Amino acid sequence: MSKILVIAEHLDGKLNGSTARAVSAAAAAKPDAIDVIVLSDAPDAIAAEAAKIDGVTKVLAVARAENAHALAAVIAPQVAKAAAGYTHVFAPSTTFGKDLAPRVAALLGVSQVSDVMTVEGPHSFKRPIYAGNAIVTVEVDAGSTVVATIRTASWPAAASTGNAQVEALSLDVALPSHTRFVNLQQGKSDRPDLQGAPKVVSGGRGVGSKENFEIIYKFADKIGAAVGASRAAVDAGYVPNEMQVGQTGKIIAPELYIAVGISGAIQHLTGIKDAGTIVAINKDGEAPIFEIADIGLVGDLFKILPELEAALG
Amino acid sequence: MKILVGYKRVVDYNVRIQVKPDGTGVVTDGVKLSANPFDDIALEEALRLREKGVAEEVIVVGIGPADLTAHLRNGLAMGANRAIHVQTADAVSPLTAARTFLKLVEKEQPGLVILGKQAIDDDANQTGQMLAALWDRPQATFASKVEIADGKATVTREVDAGLETIEADLPAVVTTDLRLNEPRFIKLPDIMKAKSKPIDVIELGSLGVDAADHIKTTHFAAPPKRSKGVMVNDAAELVAALKQKGLL
Repeated sequence: MSKILVIAEHLDGKLNGSTARAVSAAAAAKPDAIDVIVLSDAPDAIAAEAAKIDGVTKVLAVARAENAHALAAVIAPQVAKAAAGYTHVFAPSTTFGKDLAPRVAALLGVSQVSDVMTVEGPHSFKRPIYAGNAIVTVEVDAGSTVVATIRTASWPAAASTGNAQVEALSLDVALPSHTRFVNLQQGKSDRPDLQGAPKVVSGGRGVGSKENFEIIYKFADKIGAAVGASRAAVDAGYVPNEMQVGQTGKIIAPELYIAVGISGAIQHLTGIKDAGTIVAINKDGEAPIFEIADIGLVGDLFKILPELEAALG
Repeated sequence: MKILVGYKRVVDYNVRIQVKPDGTGVVTDGVKLSANPFDDIALEEALRLREKGVAEEVIVVGIGPADLTAHLRNGLAMGANRAIHVQTADAVSPLTAARTFLKLVEKEQPGLVILGKQAIDDDANQTGQMLAALWDRPQATFASKVEIADGKATVTREVDAGLETIEADLPAVVTTDLRLNEPRFIKLPDIMKAKSKPIDVIELGSLGVDAADHIKTTHFAAPPKRSKGVMVNDAAELVAALKQKGLL
């Protein structure tokens, strides 16, 4: 009998879409129950959203002032305590889950399976290593709790037509005060979220400057796409860090990915391998991005992007 | 204070990884090995803190087989004061690595432990968080800025939503992200100097670490390949191709 506890990710009172993806992975293990735990200072609205995710048995809402910000040192002891009675603990493989889940695993005295792509069985999983250049099958001992992060790009979000019950959960755990939240500088954008958008336009070093990146934003807005970037573009200061796509940035799986002025380092390609259709626009016809692109166009991006906009009317 | 730095040796990031045809692993024979790039960043940060007078001693730690010495010498050449080589013939899991670090932390009493956020071989991204949990101390993962003052670390972290700043009482564990710094290059005279710096060799078995692994890797496979697509000649053809696929 297996029971899976999924840790909900949320920010500013809203549930993050990665949670429903983690629930999809949980459902693939065919457990007897999938419970979602929401830890927040004000969990009610978030828990109500989580209750709608298909496949969820019940939602556990943990309300505590210390949970106002997702500090791993504060959240982990609560999750570890709540994990009693569960065979599995899943978190999305986002910066939230990557920060938190290993701390939970260590408190439970177990190793962690990172970035689950495929669930082969309740204790058997596939995950990428070497920037996705090898895929390994791992088996977790049947007797130990499975703590895993879920590679969100590999899983669709479970639908939200469910109606699970929400229970308040009180956990008697002393929490540390040695780690404190100071602030969060969020990139304010009206564009779709990079991690969930069906269309993404990314720019690379070829864009040349922060000012030139306007041409990428303009084209993305024309087709309603989210905007991403290669590491080179982030390192050069053209765009902020949260836009980085790749091995150490965001791993995404949009239906359409348009790479503009991106040569296609292995580390970048890792982040887009699961995209439906990859389009590459680059002036260098020998760029590695063309080896994996479904549609390639060699040429000057500053000429091509306005032409594309014109062609779209 | 002392700073302990994790310094893992991995397959160089420029190597194109090949999976063995029998699925038992990846080809590592004759492949170039280098320091994990995130660990070079960790070491660089520790050296800068020492240069600022925040720390007195920087210790690089490696866990691995007997031939890890040459790799640790690189860390000493970059500027670490000394090295600790925890010797084991077997690859260790992140949990075992964290438990090993905990033993060294208990012995060395560092004010700060800096590790790479992930190693680019197993891409696990676990050891720092696990060490912080076992040590019951703060963690500041994915750091892009670290400031130490008044017994506290103020760390800016690269998170999905943007940049988060947290404050952590020392001692603490920091894991590095790419933009924390640019590691220095090793100069020839430093390689000579490094030869006289001490490397303590400790057998993993002598530390009393529980090295049991709950997770076994049973098979390695090459990733599914994306096939090479088509080239179009201009913007109009691209739009037509995307419209045909129903994407625009």
